Amino acid sequence: MNELVVGIVVFVLAAFVGFEVISKVPPTLHTPLMSGANAISGITILGAVTAAGLGLGTAAQILGFLAVVTATVNVVGGFLVTDRMLAMFRRPRDRQRDDK
Amino acid sequence: MIELIYLACAVAFIIGLKRMSGPRTARSGNLIAGIGMAVAVVVVLIDEQILNWDTIVAGLLVGTVIGAWAALRVRMTAMPQMVAAFNGSGGIASALVAAVAVIEAGSTPIPVETAVTVMLSIVIGAVTFTGSFVAYGKLQGIVTGRPLLFRGQQVVNGGLTVAAIGVGIWTLTTGEPIGYWVIGAISLVIGVLAVIPIGGADMPVVISLLNSFSGLAAATAGFVITNDALIIGGALVGAAGLILTIQMTEAMNRSLANVLFAGFGTGEGGGAGTMSDRPVKRAVAEDAAVTLGYAQSVMIVPGYGLAVAQAQHAARDLAEALEERGIRVHYAIHPVAGRMPGHMNVLLAEADVPYEQLLDLEQADPMLAQIDAVLILGANDVVNTSARDDPGSPIYGMPILNVDRAGTVIVVKRSLSPGFAGIDNPLFYNDNTLMYFADAKDALEQTLVALRDV
Repeated sequence: MNELVVGIVVFVLAAFVGFEVISKVPPTLHTPLMSGANAISGITILGAVTAAGLGLGTAAQILGFLAVVTATVNVVGGFLVTDRMLAMFRRPRDRQRDDK
Repeated sequence: MIELIYLACAVAFIIGLKRMSGPRTARSGNLIAGIGMAVAVVVVLIDEQILNWDTIVAGLLVGTVIGAWAALRVRMTAMPQMVAAFNGSGGIASALVAAVAVIEAGSTPIPVETAVTVMLSIVIGAVTFTGSFVAYGKLQGIVTGRPLLFRGQQVVNGGLTVAAIGVGIWTLTTGEPIGYWVIGAISLVIGVLAVIPIGGADMPVVISLLNSFSGLAAATAGFVITNDALIIGGALVGAAGLILTIQMTEAMNRSLANVLFAGFGTGEGGGAGTMSDRPVKRAVAEDAAVTLGYAQSVMIVPGYGLAVAQAQHAARDLAEALEERGIRVHYAIHPVAGRMPGHMNVLLAEADVPYEQLLDLEQADPMLAQIDAVLILGANDVVNTSARDDPGSPIYGMPILNVDRAGTVIVVKRSLSPGFAGIDNPLFYNDNTLMYFADAKDALEQTLVALRDV
Protein backbone atom coordinates (compact mmCIF):
# COMPACT_ATOMS: atom_id res chain seq x y z
CA MET A 1 0.00 0.00 0.00
CA ASN A 2 1.26 3.45 -0.69
CA GLU A 3 1.56 6.13 1.97
CA LEU A 4 -1.65 7.90 1.02
CA VAL A 5 -3.76 4.77 1.39
CA VAL A 6 -2.14 3.91 4.72
CA GLY A 7 -2.83 7.47 5.86
CA ILE A 8 -6.49 7.22 4.87
CA VAL A 9 -6.84 3.90 6.74
CA VAL A 10 -5.31 5.44 9.86
CA PHE A 11 -7.54 8.51 9.53
CA VAL A 12 -10.77 6.53 9.22
CA LEU A 13 -9.95 4.20 12.11
CA ALA A 14 -8.92 7.11 14.34
CA ALA A 15 -12.14 8.96 13.52
CA PHE A 16 -14.16 5.93 14.64
CA VAL A 17 -12.17 5.75 17.87
CA GLY A 18 -12.91 9.44 18.33
CA PHE A 19 -16.65 8.92 17.85
CA GLU A 20 -16.67 6.05 20.36
CA VAL A 21 -14.67 7.87 23.01
CA ILE A 22 -16.43 11.23 22.76
CA SER A 23 -20.06 10.18 22.53
CA LYS A 24 -19.98 9.15 26.20
CA VAL A 25 -18.88 12.52 27.57
CA PRO A 26 -21.61 14.15 29.73
CA PRO A 27 -22.77 17.69 28.81
CA THR A 28 -21.22 19.06 32.01
CA LEU A 29 -17.76 18.51 30.54
CA HIS A 30 -18.43 19.66 26.99
CA THR A 31 -16.53 22.93 27.28
CA PRO A 32 -13.34 21.42 28.75
CA LEU A 33 -13.65 18.54 26.29
CA MET A 34 -13.79 20.95 23.41
CA SER A 35 -10.87 22.98 24.63
CA GLY A 36 -8.89 19.81 25.41
CA ALA A 37 -9.62 18.40 21.96
CA ASN A 38 -8.62 21.76 20.53
CA ALA A 39 -5.26 21.51 22.29
CA ILE A 40 -4.76 18.06 20.75
CA SER A 41 -5.39 19.51 17.28
CA GLY A 42 -2.28 21.56 18.02
CA ILE A 43 -0.38 18.37 17.13
CA THR A 44 0.18 20.22 13.87
CA ILE A 45 3.08 21.74 15.84
CA LEU A 46 5.11 18.71 14.65
CA GLY A 47 4.52 19.83 11.07
CA ALA A 48 5.30 23.42 12.00
CA VAL A 49 8.65 22.48 13.58
CA THR A 50 9.52 20.31 10.58
CA ALA A 51 8.60 23.09 8.16
CA ALA A 52 10.52 25.75 10.07
CA GLY A 53 13.55 23.49 10.34
CA LEU A 54 13.96 22.93 6.61
CA GLY A 55 16.23 25.94 6.26
CA LEU A 56 14.64 27.20 3.03
CA GLY A 57 14.59 30.83 1.91
CA THR A 58 13.34 33.88 3.78
CA ALA A 59 9.65 33.48 2.83
CA ALA A 60 9.56 29.86 4.02
CA GLN A 61 11.51 30.92 7.11
CA ILE A 62 8.87 33.52 8.00
CA LEU A 63 5.92 31.19 7.32
CA GLY A 64 7.62 28.40 9.29
CA PHE A 65 8.22 30.73 12.21
CA LEU A 66 4.57 31.85 12.18
CA ALA A 67 3.44 28.22 12.00
CA VAL A 68 5.52 27.35 15.09
CA VAL A 69 4.19 30.37 16.99
CA THR A 70 0.52 29.75 16.19
CA ALA A 71 0.73 26.00 16.81
CA THR A 72 2.49 26.59 20.14
CA VAL A 73 -0.18 29.10 21.18
CA ASN A 74 -2.77 26.43 20.40
CA VAL A 75 -0.96 23.69 22.34
CA VAL A 76 0.22 25.60 25.41
CA GLY A 77 -2.88 27.78 25.71
CA GLY A 78 -5.23 24.89 25.04
CA PHE A 79 -3.84 22.50 27.63
CA LEU A 80 -3.42 25.22 30.29
CA VAL A 81 -6.91 26.62 29.94
CA THR A 82 -8.42 23.12 29.99
CA ASP A 83 -6.53 22.35 33.17
CA ARG A 84 -7.77 25.59 34.72
CA MET A 85 -11.35 24.62 33.94
CA LEU A 86 -11.07 21.03 35.09
CA ALA A 87 -9.49 22.07 38.38
CA MET A 88 -12.84 23.68 39.19
CA PHE A 89 -14.85 20.48 38.76
CA ARG A 90 -14.38 19.09 42.25
CA ARG A 91 -16.54 16.97 44.50
CA PRO A 92 -17.82 18.59 47.73
CA ARG A 93 -15.57 16.26 49.75
CA ASP A 94 -12.46 17.35 47.86
CA ARG A 95 -13.49 20.93 48.33
CA GLN A 96 -13.73 20.59 52.12
CA ARG A 97 -10.37 18.87 52.21
CA ASP A 98 -8.76 21.59 50.10
CA ASP A 99 -10.23 24.33 52.23
CA LYS A 100 -8.68 22.97 55.41
CA MET B 1 11.18 3.42 16.13
CA ILE B 2 10.20 7.07 15.83
CA GLU B 3 6.85 5.97 14.40
CA LEU B 4 6.24 3.85 17.50
CA ILE B 5 6.86 6.79 19.81
CA TYR B 6 4.39 8.87 17.77
CA LEU B 7 1.91 6.01 18.09
CA ALA B 8 2.37 6.07 21.87
CA CYS B 9 1.65 9.81 21.80
CA ALA B 10 -1.53 9.19 19.80
CA VAL B 11 -2.57 6.55 22.34
CA ALA B 12 -1.98 9.14 25.07
CA PHE B 13 -4.44 11.44 23.28
CA ILE B 14 -7.06 8.69 23.12
CA ILE B 15 -6.62 7.78 26.79
CA GLY B 16 -6.70 11.46 27.68
CA LEU B 17 -9.97 12.03 25.82
CA LYS B 18 -11.44 8.88 27.33
CA ARG B 19 -10.66 10.09 30.84
CA MET B 20 -12.40 13.37 30.05
CA SER B 21 -15.73 11.55 30.20
CA GLY B 22 -15.91 11.86 34.00
CA PRO B 23 -15.24 14.87 36.24
CA ARG B 24 -13.02 12.79 38.55
CA THR B 25 -10.63 11.55 35.88
CA ALA B 26 -10.86 14.49 33.47
CA ARG B 27 -7.98 16.55 34.84
CA SER B 28 -5.55 13.64 34.72
CA GLY B 29 -6.80 12.90 31.19
CA ASN B 30 -5.85 16.38 30.06
CA LEU B 31 -2.45 15.96 31.71
CA ILE B 32 -1.85 12.62 29.93
CA ALA B 33 -2.72 14.17 26.58
CA GLY B 34 -0.43 17.11 27.38
CA ILE B 35 2.46 14.79 28.22
CA GLY B 36 1.85 12.94 24.94
CA MET B 37 2.11 16.25 23.12
CA ALA B 38 5.30 17.26 24.95
CA VAL B 39 6.96 13.92 24.11
CA ALA B 40 5.95 14.26 20.46
CA VAL B 41 7.51 17.73 20.29
CA VAL B 42 10.76 16.56 21.88
CA VAL B 43 10.92 13.63 19.45
CA VAL B 44 10.38 15.82 16.40
CA LEU B 45 13.09 18.20 17.60
CA ILE B 46 15.58 15.33 17.94
CA ASP B 47 14.53 13.39 14.86
CA GLU B 48 14.23 16.06 12.18
CA GLN B 49 17.35 17.40 10.52
CA ILE B 50 16.83 20.88 11.87
CA LEU B 51 19.00 23.43 10.12
CA ASN B 52 17.91 26.59 11.85
CA TRP B 53 17.32 26.14 15.53
CA ASP B 54 16.99 29.84 16.26
CA THR B 55 13.77 30.16 14.25
CA ILE B 56 12.21 27.20 16.04
CA VAL B 57 13.31 28.12 19.54
CA ALA B 58 12.12 31.69 19.02
CA GLY B 59 8.79 30.42 17.70
CA LEU B 60 8.29 28.03 20.61
CA LEU B 61 9.13 30.75 23.13
CA VAL B 62 6.88 33.40 21.61
CA GLY B 63 4.02 30.91 21.24
CA THR B 64 4.38 29.66 24.82
CA VAL B 65 4.35 33.17 26.25
CA ILE B 66 1.28 34.22 24.25
CA GLY B 67 -0.58 30.95 24.90
CA ALA B 68 0.16 30.83 28.62
CA TRP B 69 -0.62 34.50 29.10
CA ALA B 70 -3.97 34.17 27.34
CA ALA B 71 -4.89 30.92 29.11
CA LEU B 72 -4.06 32.14 32.60
CA ARG B 73 -5.73 35.52 32.48
CA VAL B 74 -8.93 34.72 30.56
CA ARG B 75 -12.13 34.91 32.57
CA MET B 76 -14.34 31.84 32.60
CA THR B 77 -17.16 33.90 31.12
CA ALA B 78 -14.96 34.60 28.07
CA MET B 79 -14.13 30.94 27.49
CA PRO B 80 -16.06 30.58 24.20
CA GLN B 81 -14.01 33.29 22.49
CA MET B 82 -10.79 31.94 24.00
CA VAL B 83 -11.45 28.49 22.54
CA ALA B 84 -12.34 30.12 19.22
CA ALA B 85 -9.04 32.01 19.19
CA PHE B 86 -6.99 28.89 19.97
CA ASN B 87 -8.92 27.06 17.27
CA GLY B 88 -8.09 29.69 14.71
CA SER B 89 -4.47 29.63 15.78
CA GLY B 90 -4.18 25.88 15.20
CA GLY B 91 -6.01 26.18 11.89
CA ILE B 92 -3.63 28.72 10.41
CA ALA B 93 -0.64 26.71 11.68
CA SER B 94 -1.82 23.73 9.59
CA ALA B 95 -2.34 25.94 6.54
CA LEU B 96 1.16 27.41 6.97
CA VAL B 97 2.69 23.93 7.16
CA ALA B 98 1.15 23.20 3.77
CA ALA B 99 2.28 26.60 2.46
CA VAL B 100 5.89 25.81 3.33
CA ALA B 101 5.51 22.50 1.46
CA VAL B 102 4.50 24.54 -1.61
CA ILE B 103 7.62 26.71 -1.28
CA GLU B 104 9.77 23.64 -0.71
CA ALA B 105 8.57 22.12 -3.98
CA GLY B 106 9.59 25.29 -5.82
CA SER B 107 8.91 25.11 -9.54
CA THR B 108 8.72 21.29 -9.56
CA PRO B 109 5.03 20.40 -9.77
CA ILE B 110 3.79 18.60 -6.66
CA PRO B 111 2.49 15.06 -7.41
CA VAL B 112 -1.30 15.07 -7.70
CA GLU B 113 -2.13 13.07 -4.58
CA THR B 114 0.10 15.24 -2.39
CA ALA B 115 -1.18 18.37 -4.12
CA VAL B 116 -4.75 17.53 -3.14
CA THR B 117 -3.82 17.15 0.54
CA VAL B 118 -1.80 20.39 0.40
CA MET B 119 -4.82 22.20 -0.99
CA LEU B 120 -7.20 20.70 1.56
CA SER B 121 -4.85 21.66 4.36
CA ILE B 122 -4.63 25.24 3.08
CA VAL B 123 -8.39 25.53 2.52
CA ILE B 124 -9.52 24.02 5.84
CA GLY B 125 -6.80 25.76 7.83
CA ALA B 126 -7.52 29.18 6.30
CA VAL B 127 -11.31 28.88 6.70
CA THR B 128 -10.82 27.77 10.32
CA PHE B 129 -8.52 30.74 10.94
CA THR B 130 -10.71 33.59 9.68
CA GLY B 131 -13.95 31.86 10.71
CA SER B 132 -12.70 31.43 14.26
CA PHE B 133 -11.52 35.00 14.57
CA VAL B 134 -14.83 36.36 13.27
CA ALA B 135 -16.53 34.17 15.91
CA TYR B 136 -14.05 35.57 18.45
CA GLY B 137 -14.94 39.11 17.39
CA LYS B 138 -18.66 38.43 17.69
CA LEU B 139 -18.35 36.85 21.13
CA GLN B 140 -15.99 39.55 22.37
CA GLY B 141 -18.35 42.24 21.08
CA ILE B 142 -15.83 43.65 18.57
CA VAL B 143 -18.06 42.59 15.68
CA THR B 144 -21.84 42.79 16.10
CA GLY B 145 -23.33 39.54 17.35
CA ARG B 146 -26.31 40.03 15.05
CA PRO B 147 -26.28 38.17 11.77
CA LEU B 148 -24.76 40.36 9.05
CA LEU B 149 -26.47 39.71 5.77
CA PHE B 150 -26.13 41.48 2.48
CA ARG B 151 -27.95 41.06 -0.78
CA GLY B 152 -26.65 38.17 -2.84
CA GLN B 153 -24.51 36.80 -0.03
CA GLN B 154 -25.28 33.20 -0.93
CA VAL B 155 -24.39 33.93 -4.55
CA VAL B 156 -21.05 35.45 -3.53
CA ASN B 157 -20.24 32.50 -1.25
CA GLY B 158 -21.25 30.03 -3.94
CA GLY B 159 -19.20 31.91 -6.54
CA LEU B 160 -16.12 31.94 -4.32
CA THR B 161 -16.46 28.21 -3.67
CA VAL B 162 -16.75 27.49 -7.39
CA ALA B 163 -13.76 29.77 -8.04
CA ALA B 164 -11.67 27.93 -5.42
CA ILE B 165 -12.53 24.57 -6.96
CA GLY B 166 -11.76 25.91 -10.45
CA VAL B 167 -8.38 27.27 -9.39
CA GLY B 168 -7.74 23.96 -7.63
CA ILE B 169 -8.31 21.94 -10.80
CA TRP B 170 -6.21 24.38 -12.82
CA THR B 171 -3.38 24.09 -10.30
CA LEU B 172 -3.52 20.28 -10.37
CA THR B 173 -3.30 20.18 -14.16
CA THR B 174 -0.72 22.92 -14.70
CA GLY B 175 1.29 22.51 -11.47
CA GLU B 176 1.59 26.30 -11.16
CA PRO B 177 2.46 27.12 -7.50
CA ILE B 178 0.62 30.47 -7.70
CA GLY B 179 -2.66 28.51 -7.61
CA TYR B 180 -2.09 27.45 -4.00
CA TRP B 181 -1.76 31.05 -2.86
CA VAL B 182 -4.90 32.08 -4.74
CA ILE B 183 -6.84 29.23 -3.12
CA GLY B 184 -5.52 30.28 0.28
CA ALA B 185 -6.64 33.87 -0.24
CA ILE B 186 -10.12 32.80 -1.40
CA SER B 187 -10.41 30.48 1.62
CA LEU B 188 -9.57 33.30 4.03
CA VAL B 189 -12.44 35.34 2.55
CA ILE B 190 -14.83 32.37 2.65
CA GLY B 191 -14.10 31.89 6.37
CA VAL B 192 -15.16 35.47 7.09
CA LEU B 193 -18.27 35.37 4.92
CA ALA B 194 -19.34 31.99 6.31
CA VAL B 195 -19.43 33.09 9.95
CA ILE B 196 -20.51 36.74 9.57
CA PRO B 197 -24.18 35.85 8.87
CA ILE B 198 -24.50 33.56 11.89
CA GLY B 199 -26.16 35.00 15.01
CA GLY B 200 -24.66 34.94 18.50
CA ALA B 201 -27.16 32.38 19.81
CA ASP B 202 -25.94 29.88 17.23
CA MET B 203 -22.33 30.20 18.34
CA PRO B 204 -22.28 26.85 20.23
CA VAL B 205 -22.75 25.14 16.87
CA VAL B 206 -20.19 27.30 15.08
CA ILE B 207 -17.52 26.84 17.75
CA SER B 208 -18.05 23.05 17.72
CA LEU B 209 -17.84 22.94 13.94
CA LEU B 210 -14.71 25.09 13.79
CA ASN B 211 -13.20 22.80 16.43
CA SER B 212 -13.88 19.88 14.13
CA PHE B 213 -12.30 21.82 11.25
CA SER B 214 -9.12 22.54 13.20
CA GLY B 215 -8.79 18.78 13.69
CA LEU B 216 -9.32 18.11 10.00
CA ALA B 217 -6.74 20.78 9.16
CA ALA B 218 -4.20 19.02 11.38
CA ALA B 219 -5.04 15.65 9.82
CA THR B 220 -4.58 16.98 6.27
CA ALA B 221 -1.29 18.57 7.32
CA GLY B 222 -0.37 15.06 8.54
CA PHE B 223 -0.96 13.76 5.02
CA VAL B 224 1.24 16.54 3.61
CA ILE B 225 4.24 15.71 5.81
CA THR B 226 3.35 11.97 6.12
CA ASN B 227 3.06 11.87 9.89
CA ASP B 228 0.58 9.48 11.51
CA ALA B 229 0.54 11.39 14.82
CA LEU B 230 -1.03 14.36 13.05
CA ILE B 231 -3.48 12.15 11.17
CA ILE B 232 -4.63 10.35 14.33
CA GLY B 233 -4.75 13.45 16.54
CA GLY B 234 -6.53 15.41 13.83
CA ALA B 235 -9.07 12.66 13.15
CA LEU B 236 -9.87 12.38 16.88
CA VAL B 237 -10.55 16.10 17.14
CA GLY B 238 -12.46 16.15 13.87
CA ALA B 239 -14.74 13.40 15.18
CA ALA B 240 -15.12 15.05 18.60
CA GLY B 241 -16.09 18.39 17.10
CA LEU B 242 -18.52 16.76 14.70
CA ILE B 243 -20.32 14.84 17.47
CA LEU B 244 -20.74 17.96 19.57
CA THR B 245 -21.95 19.89 16.51
CA ILE B 246 -24.61 17.28 15.83
CA GLN B 247 -25.66 17.25 19.48
CA MET B 248 -26.03 21.03 19.46
CA THR B 249 -28.14 21.15 16.29
CA GLU B 250 -30.32 18.33 17.65
CA ALA B 251 -30.80 20.31 20.86
CA MET B 252 -32.14 23.16 18.72
CA ASN B 253 -34.17 20.87 16.46
CA ARG B 254 -32.53 22.43 13.42
CA SER B 255 -30.33 21.14 10.66
CA LEU B 256 -26.71 22.17 10.37
CA ALA B 257 -27.52 23.78 7.01
CA ASN B 258 -30.21 25.88 8.66
CA VAL B 259 -27.79 27.11 11.33
CA LEU B 260 -25.08 27.93 8.80
CA PHE B 261 -27.07 29.46 5.98
CA ALA B 262 -30.40 30.73 7.27
CA GLY B 263 -29.13 34.02 8.74
CA PHE B 264 -31.19 33.07 11.79
CA GLY B 265 -32.21 35.88 14.11
CA THR B 266 -32.48 38.76 11.66
CA GLY B 267 -36.00 39.38 12.94
CA GLU B 268 -37.65 38.26 9.72
CA GLY B 269 -39.26 35.27 11.41
CA GLY B 270 -42.88 35.24 12.51
CA GLY B 271 -43.95 36.34 15.94
CA ALA B 272 -41.30 39.02 16.39
CA GLY B 273 -42.54 42.11 18.16
CA THR B 274 -46.20 41.23 17.81
CA MET B 275 -46.97 41.09 21.51
CA SER B 276 -44.65 43.69 22.97
CA ASP B 277 -47.50 45.98 24.03
CA ARG B 278 -49.01 43.38 26.32
CA PRO B 279 -48.65 44.06 30.05
CA VAL B 280 -46.18 42.15 32.18
CA LYS B 281 -46.03 41.75 35.95
CA ARG B 282 -43.00 43.58 37.23
CA ALA B 283 -41.11 42.50 40.30
CA VAL B 284 -38.41 43.98 42.52
CA ALA B 285 -35.93 42.30 44.88
CA GLU B 286 -38.47 42.00 47.71
CA ASP B 287 -40.97 40.17 45.49
CA ALA B 288 -38.30 37.77 44.31
CA ALA B 289 -37.13 37.17 47.89
CA VAL B 290 -40.65 36.39 49.11
CA THR B 291 -41.36 34.03 46.21
CA LEU B 292 -38.09 32.17 46.60
CA GLY B 293 -37.97 32.27 50.40
CA TYR B 294 -41.37 30.63 50.83
CA ALA B 295 -40.83 27.99 48.16
CA GLN B 296 -39.91 24.41 48.97
CA SER B 297 -38.12 23.78 45.72
CA VAL B 298 -36.35 26.21 43.40
CA MET B 299 -34.97 25.62 39.90
CA ILE B 300 -32.41 28.09 38.59
CA VAL B 301 -32.19 28.39 34.79
CA PRO B 302 -28.99 30.18 33.73
CA GLY B 303 -28.36 31.62 30.28
CA TYR B 304 -25.94 33.88 28.47
CA GLY B 305 -27.08 36.84 30.61
CA LEU B 306 -25.47 35.11 33.61
CA ALA B 307 -22.15 35.06 31.80
CA VAL B 308 -22.41 38.67 30.63
CA ALA B 309 -23.19 39.85 34.17
CA GLN B 310 -20.48 37.60 35.73
CA ALA B 311 -23.24 36.53 38.09
CA GLN B 312 -22.22 32.93 38.76
CA HIS B 313 -20.88 33.62 42.27
CA ALA B 314 -23.93 35.71 43.18
CA ALA B 315 -26.16 32.85 41.99
CA ARG B 316 -24.28 30.39 44.18
CA ASP B 317 -24.57 32.73 47.22
CA LEU B 318 -28.32 33.07 46.79
CA ALA B 319 -28.72 29.31 46.24
CA GLU B 320 -26.79 28.60 49.46
CA ALA B 321 -28.92 31.06 51.42
CA LEU B 322 -32.03 29.29 50.12
CA GLU B 323 -30.62 25.89 51.01
CA GLU B 324 -29.93 27.07 54.55
CA ARG B 325 -33.66 27.71 54.81
CA GLY B 326 -34.28 24.08 53.86
CA ILE B 327 -35.22 24.79 50.26
CA ARG B 328 -34.13 22.31 47.59
CA VAL B 329 -32.21 24.10 44.83
CA HIS B 330 -31.22 22.73 41.42
CA TYR B 331 -29.90 24.23 38.24
CA ALA B 332 -31.41 23.32 34.87
CA ILE B 333 -28.88 23.53 32.06
CA HIS B 334 -30.22 23.53 28.51
CA PRO B 335 -27.73 22.09 25.99
CA VAL B 336 -27.52 25.36 24.04
CA ALA B 337 -27.58 27.78 26.98
CA GLY B 338 -24.67 30.18 26.69
CA ARG B 339 -22.28 30.53 23.80
CA MET B 340 -20.59 27.14 23.74
CA PRO B 341 -21.55 23.61 24.77
CA GLY B 342 -21.22 23.26 28.53
CA HIS B 343 -20.55 27.01 28.98
CA MET B 344 -22.92 27.30 31.99
CA ASN B 345 -21.45 24.23 33.66
CA VAL B 346 -17.98 25.77 33.62
CA LEU B 347 -19.20 29.07 35.07
CA LEU B 348 -21.09 27.35 37.88
CA ALA B 349 -18.15 25.05 38.57
CA GLU B 350 -16.01 28.17 38.92
CA ALA B 351 -18.46 29.39 41.56
CA ASP B 352 -18.05 26.04 43.38
CA VAL B 353 -21.58 24.85 42.67
CA PRO B 354 -21.44 21.04 43.14
CA TYR B 355 -21.94 19.45 39.74
CA GLU B 356 -24.49 17.06 41.23
CA GLN B 357 -26.87 20.04 41.46
CA LEU B 358 -26.67 20.67 37.72
CA LEU B 359 -29.40 18.90 35.78
CA ASP B 360 -29.58 18.56 32.02
CA LEU B 361 -32.72 19.07 29.96
CA GLU B 362 -33.96 15.47 30.24
CA GLN B 363 -33.51 15.41 34.01
CA ALA B 364 -34.82 18.88 34.78
CA ASP B 365 -37.82 19.19 32.51
CA PRO B 366 -40.02 16.46 34.08
CA MET B 367 -39.34 17.96 37.52
CA LEU B 368 -40.60 21.42 36.62
CA ALA B 369 -44.29 20.71 37.27
CA GLN B 370 -43.42 19.99 40.91
CA ILE B 371 -41.16 23.02 41.35
CA ASP B 372 -42.52 25.97 43.33
CA ALA B 373 -40.33 28.71 41.92
CA VAL B 374 -38.15 29.00 38.85
CA LEU B 375 -35.46 31.67 38.66
CA ILE B 376 -34.40 32.47 35.10
CA LEU B 377 -31.08 34.29 34.88
CA GLY B 378 -30.49 35.80 31.47
CA ALA B 379 -31.91 32.87 29.52
CA ASN B 380 -34.53 33.45 26.85
CA ASP B 381 -34.78 31.19 23.83
CA VAL B 382 -34.34 27.98 25.86
CA VAL B 383 -37.50 28.80 27.86
CA ASN B 384 -39.48 30.33 24.99
CA THR B 385 -42.90 28.68 24.96
CA SER B 386 -43.48 29.63 21.32
CA ALA B 387 -41.02 26.85 20.47
CA ARG B 388 -43.70 24.53 21.82
CA ASP B 389 -46.96 26.33 20.98
CA ASP B 390 -46.50 28.46 17.87
CA PRO B 391 -45.94 26.53 14.63
CA GLY B 392 -45.16 29.86 12.93
CA SER B 393 -42.23 30.60 15.23
CA PRO B 394 -38.74 30.25 13.75
CA ILE B 395 -37.68 28.17 16.74
CA TYR B 396 -40.81 25.97 16.70
CA GLY B 397 -39.90 22.39 17.60
CA MET B 398 -36.80 23.20 19.66
CA PRO B 399 -36.98 21.26 22.95
CA ILE B 400 -37.32 23.80 25.77
CA LEU B 401 -37.43 23.81 29.53
CA ASN B 402 -41.18 24.05 30.19
CA VAL B 403 -40.80 26.46 33.09
CA ASP B 404 -44.37 27.74 32.75
CA ARG B 405 -45.50 24.47 34.38
CA ALA B 406 -43.84 25.48 37.67
CA GLY B 407 -45.59 27.45 40.39
CA THR B 408 -44.05 30.86 39.82
CA VAL B 409 -41.47 31.97 37.29
CA ILE B 410 -39.14 34.88 38.02
CA VAL B 411 -37.36 36.16 34.92
CA VAL B 412 -34.29 38.28 35.56
CA LYS B 413 -33.54 40.18 32.38
CA ARG B 414 -32.14 43.57 31.56
CA SER B 415 -35.10 44.63 29.43
CA LEU B 416 -38.06 43.24 27.54
CA SER B 417 -36.11 43.27 24.29
CA PRO B 418 -36.07 39.90 22.57
CA GLY B 419 -32.87 37.87 22.74
CA PHE B 420 -30.35 37.20 20.01
CA ALA B 421 -32.87 35.17 18.08
CA GLY B 422 -35.09 38.25 17.95
CA ILE B 423 -38.21 36.32 18.91
CA ASP B 424 -40.77 37.54 21.44
CA ASN B 425 -41.29 35.21 24.38
CA PRO B 426 -44.95 34.59 25.43
CA LEU B 427 -43.66 33.28 28.77
CA PHE B 428 -43.02 36.86 29.89
CA TYR B 429 -46.73 37.74 29.72
CA ASN B 430 -48.04 34.74 31.69
CA ASP B 431 -49.97 35.27 34.92
CA ASN B 432 -47.44 33.24 36.92
CA THR B 433 -44.44 35.07 35.51
CA LEU B 434 -42.74 37.95 37.32
CA MET B 435 -40.37 40.13 35.31
CA TYR B 436 -37.44 41.49 37.28
CA PHE B 437 -35.69 43.98 35.02
CA ALA B 438 -32.09 44.22 36.18
CA ASP B 439 -28.57 43.05 35.57
CA ALA B 440 -28.41 39.43 36.79
CA LYS B 441 -25.66 40.09 39.33
CA ASP B 442 -27.34 43.17 40.85
CA ALA B 443 -30.67 41.34 40.99
CA LEU B 444 -29.17 38.35 42.79
CA GLU B 445 -27.29 40.46 45.30
CA GLN B 446 -30.32 42.60 46.10
CA THR B 447 -32.56 39.54 46.39
CA LEU B 448 -30.08 38.03 48.82
CA VAL B 449 -30.24 41.17 50.98
CA ALA B 450 -34.05 41.21 50.81
CA LEU B 451 -34.16 37.52 51.74
CA ARG B 452 -32.85 38.33 55.23
CA ASP B 453 -36.12 40.12 56.05
CA VAL B 454 -38.35 37.33 54.74
